[in-house]
Amino acid sequence: MLKHRVIPCVLLKDWQLAKSIGFESFRTIGHPISTARIYNARNVDELIVLDIDASLDEDEINTEIIIDIADECFMPLTIGGGIRTIDDIYKVLNAGADKITINTIALNNLDFIKESSDIFGSQCIVCSIDVKFVDNQYKVFNKARGILDINPLELALDYQKYGAGEILLTSIDYEGSGKGFDIELIKSFKDKLEIPIILNGGMGKPNDAVEAIKNGADAIAAAYIFHFSQFTPDDIKEEMSKNNIITREINR
Amino acid sequence: MSNNQIVIIDYNMGNLRSVQKAFEKVECDVVISNNHAVIKTADKIVLPGVGAFKDGMKNLAKLGLIDILNKEVTENKKPFLGVCLGMQLIANKSYEKGESKGLAWVDAEVVKFNFSNSDKKLKIPHVGWNNVNYKNDNKLLKDIPNNSDFYFVHSYYFKTNEDIVTSTTDYGIDFVSSIKKNNIYAFQFHPEKSQQVGLQIIENFKNLKKN
Repeated sequence: MLKHRVIPCVLLKDWQLAKSIGFESFRTIGHPISTARIYNARNVDELIVLDIDASLDEDEINTEIIIDIADECFMPLTIGGGIRTIDDIYKVLNAGADKITINTIALNNLDFIKESSDIFGSQCIVCSIDVKFVDNQYKVFNKARGILDINPLELALDYQKYGAGEILLTSIDYEGSGKGFDIELIKSFKDKLEIPIILNGGMGKPNDAVEAIKNGADAIAAAYIFHFSQFTPDDIKEEMSKNNIITREINR
Repeated sequence: MSNNQIVIIDYNMGNLRSVQKAFEKVECDVVISNNHAVIKTADKIVLPGVGAFKDGMKNLAKLGLIDILNKEVTENKKPFLGVCLGMQLIANKSYEKGESKGLAWVDAEVVKFNFSNSDKKLKIPHVGWNNVNYKNDNKLLKDIPNNSDFYFVHSYYFKTNEDIVTSTTDYGIDFVSSIKKNNIYAFQFHPEKSQQVGLQIIENFKNLKKN
């Protein structure tokens, strides 16, 4: 049976790993390579690294550091940030990533999703959607364009239609807060998509993952809990198991 | 050069570095190449791959690799390891992006998961960790407990009537997750991304004796 995944999702900034709060203030949480090594040793199900320098500053994608991170990962690695062309995807995959995640380019050009999933397969293309709750409704947020009058679920359905393999759904209001996932948000997505949803933003305690999965998430991503609390990925899986959510068992 | 050199076929279908470093982790003499001379002298061949079937075959053809792979694997019987797309490509044909022909080393076809008529609408792609249930003996699964979790990421699966299936995995249906036919070994999941149990497969391939 397919297991629900627990995925650390960290940001790369100035050659350091960082954690944001509501996408604004950043705190350094460590060295990327040693962190990747620790996550690998802890048998996390997957790792997502978003290069925010590449994404914000129109910098080139830092393949050097992706190679170093990938060298430590014998689990799946998803890389995002600054991917704008098919060549960028080749570069990131050749550096050792297994999947890529795109945000702005997908939002600006649905055909890019089609083009990239045709070449690399849908399973390789994770589309990221950032969501903000404004005027009593969920809206899509983009770092460059701000709050957009786009419904996140409709956007996700479009992404699916154009060939996205997974949706990384992040609540900006909850991100970095540790107050739990945005359960209303995931509820509105439950059973609506044919592709998996990774819910991100807000996990503060292991039971938050249980609530997210029960309400429609296929996988959960988090950073805050792993860096600012005593909880480890194993604690989360243990709590999930207690609640009859099957997770990966590891033979040690 | 060692007498156990492994070549990872470079045909522009991603994911090569991850496979290479898994071999490096178990201390293999491994190169990534599409050079015919290198493939000819290598002792073992690995065909990894992420992407669509049609593009995979197109790229193999463009690089002139189809004939040499046929020769080295089916005639010279070099141990062969296919991973994910590299497993699917050894089938007769796939229906991904329209019907296209594969290497046809086994009588098999590659079809998309379809849950439209089943009660439970499972997500596609099948992505994440899932159990591998052993069916027949496979030397590459030696020292790995039955039902271990491996990492999968695919929308199409391998269907065969040949008696070559060494494991199946349950995702709505019991699909073929590994096969062995003579010197040909292939896995739908990613050993290079499956941590300890995956590295064990890589090590087992390294230790495989040539026929």
